[in-house]
Amino acid sequence: MDTEMDGERVVKRQGLSLFWATMWARAYPRMVGAFRERSWLFFETLLPVLAVSGYVFIYRAIQAPPAYTGFAVLGGVMTAFWLNVLWSMASQLYWDKDQGNLEIYVMAPGPLMAVLLGMAVGGMVMTGTRAVAILLVCSLLFDVSYQIAQPLWLVAAFVLTMAALYGMGMLFASIFLVSGREAWHLSNLLQEPIYLVSGFYFPVKALGFWVATLASIIPLTLGLDAMRQLMFAGDPTLGFLPVPVEVTVQLVLAVVFITAAYFALAKLEAIGRQQGRLIERRR
Amino acid sequence: MALAQRVFDVPRLRHHDGLRSFLVASWLGWQIESNWADPFLFAVYAITRPLANVLILVVMYAVITDGAFAQPIFPYIYLGNALYILVGQVITGVSWAIIDDREHYRVAKYLYTAPIDGYAYLFGRGVARVLIGTISVLIVIAFGILLFRLPIHLRTVDWSLLLFSTALGVAALAGLGVIMGALTMTMARHFWSVGEAVAGALYLFSGAIFPLDLLPSWLQPLGFALPVTYWLEAARRALLGPQAHGFQTLAGLSNVELLAILAAFVAVLLPGSRLVYRWALHTAKEKGLIDIETGY
Repeated sequence: MDTEMDGERVVKRQGLSLFWATMWARAYPRMVGAFRERSWLFFETLLPVLAVSGYVFIYRAIQAPPAYTGFAVLGGVMTAFWLNVLWSMASQLYWDKDQGNLEIYVMAPGPLMAVLLGMAVGGMVMTGTRAVAILLVCSLLFDVSYQIAQPLWLVAAFVLTMAALYGMGMLFASIFLVSGREAWHLSNLLQEPIYLVSGFYFPVKALGFWVATLASIIPLTLGLDAMRQLMFAGDPTLGFLPVPVEVTVQLVLAVVFITAAYFALAKLEAIGRQQGRLIERRR
Repeated sequence: MALAQRVFDVPRLRHHDGLRSFLVASWLGWQIESNWADPFLFAVYAITRPLANVLILVVMYAVITDGAFAQPIFPYIYLGNALYILVGQVITGVSWAIIDDREHYRVAKYLYTAPIDGYAYLFGRGVARVLIGTISVLIVIAFGILLFRLPIHLRTVDWSLLLFSTALGVAALAGLGVIMGALTMTMARHFWSVGEAVAGALYLFSGAIFPLDLLPSWLQPLGFALPVTYWLEAARRALLGPQAHGFQTLAGLSNVELLAILAAFVAVLLPGSRLVYRWALHTAKEKGLIDIETGY
C-alpha cells in the first residue's frame, strides 16, 4: 500500500513483507553492532578462553587423551551461543520492558514474532563472530586437530542446533517476560547446571542413558554430541546416539520450539494487555 | 529489620560514618541478594550453581580416571574449585554493586550526595556475597565428603591455619574486590566484564583446579604474584593435612611463611584499595560517570 508522508511516497508493508522487514529491522542493530563495536570481541573472547583454558589444563593434569582438549574447546565455543540465548533472547523482552522498548514494539504495526525472530537472527550472527574467534584462539593455543569426515552432516547438525536453540530462546523470552525480576536469577541459574547436564565439557554419554535423554530437550546436548562425533573422528563409542538420529531430533526440536514460541507469545501478550503488565516496571 | 534497626540505633554506630555505612550497606546487600524469592527458592539458587560447577569437574575426572577418587589430585581439584566460589563472589560482588546502583536501581547520585563513607559502603555491599559464598563453600565441601569421600576429618583439620589463612585471604580479596569496584565506577563500557575477567584469570593462574606446574613456565610467575594462590594452598593444607603436600607447587613454603605472605598482601591491598577508590571517585565525578545510565 502506498501513502504520502511529507510529500514523500512511503511504501507501507503488510503481511509477509511486513514480517520480513520487521525481522531484519530487529536483527540490524545486533548485526551492525557485532562489527561496529569491536571491543566486545576482546571481552567476549577473553572470558570464554579463560574458562576453556581451565578445563583444558584439568584434562592435562589427569592425562586425558588429546581429543578431550578438543571436546573442551568445542564446549567453550558453544557456551557463547547458550549465554547469548539466555541473556539476549530469553531475558531480552524483560530488558526491553525495563527500558521502555517493549511498549513501542507492541504499539508498532510489525508482528512481535518477527521481532523475536529478528533478535534470534541478529544474535546468531553476533555470537557467530565471537564463537569463531574463540574457536580460532583456543585451537591455536592448545594445538587442537580436527578430523571432519562428513562436512555436510556437520553443517546440518550445526544449523539445526542453532534453529532449535534459538527457537527455545524465543519461547523462553515469553516465559521470562512474565517472571518479572526473577528473569535475571533464572538466567543465572540456567548456566552451570545446563553446562553439566548437556555435557559441554565431556561426552554427555558419561551421565548415563536417562540423564542424557532428559537433557536432550536442551538442543545443545545432542547438537554438541553430534558435532563432536563429526569433528573428532576418534572413538565412535563416545557418542550418545548415531549422528542421523541426533540431527533428526534437532529438526523436531526446532519445529516444536518455534511453534510453541508463537503460541506462548500470543498468549502472554494477551495476558499482559489484560493485566496491564506490558508496561509495568518492578526492580 | 527490627534487629537491624536496633543495631543501627547504637549511638557509637550512628555517629561513626564508616561503621554505619558498612553495616547499612551489608544489610542492604543481603536484602538485594536474597529478597527476590522465598527462602527455599533462594537456597536452591545459592546451592545449585556451585554444585553444578563442581560436578562438571567431577564428571570430567571420573570419565578419564574411571572414578579414581582416592587419588590425591581429586581432592586438590575438588577443594580448589569449592574454595574458589568465595573468590568469585568477592571479586565480582563489589563490581556488581556499582553496576546495580548505577544502572539498575539508578540510585548512585543519591548515594554520593548522602552523608555516607563510600569506601565503607562498598565493603559492606560485598559482605552479603561473602556470606552466600561461605555457605556455598561449606555445602559443596560437605557434599564432597559425603559422596566422594574427600579425606577431610574434623579432628585432623588444622583449624587455626584454616581460620587465619581464610581471614587473611578474604581480607586480601576484599581489597581486590573494592579495587575492581572502584575501576568499574570509571567505566562506561565493558564494566560488567572487569570483575569476571579478573575472577577468570585468578581461577586459571592461582592453581585453583590444577597445580601451577602445568602452566607454561612463562605464566607461572603470574600465579606466584596472586594472594589467592597462597590462600588456596594454606586452606588445602589445613583441610587435607599431609595429603596436600603431594604437589610441588608451593611445597617449599612453611605454613607460617604462607600466612606471612598473605599478611603482606593484605597490608598492600587494603590501603591500596582506599587510594584506588579515592582516585576512581574523583575520576568518575570529573568525567560525569558517577550516575551514568548507559543501558550497555
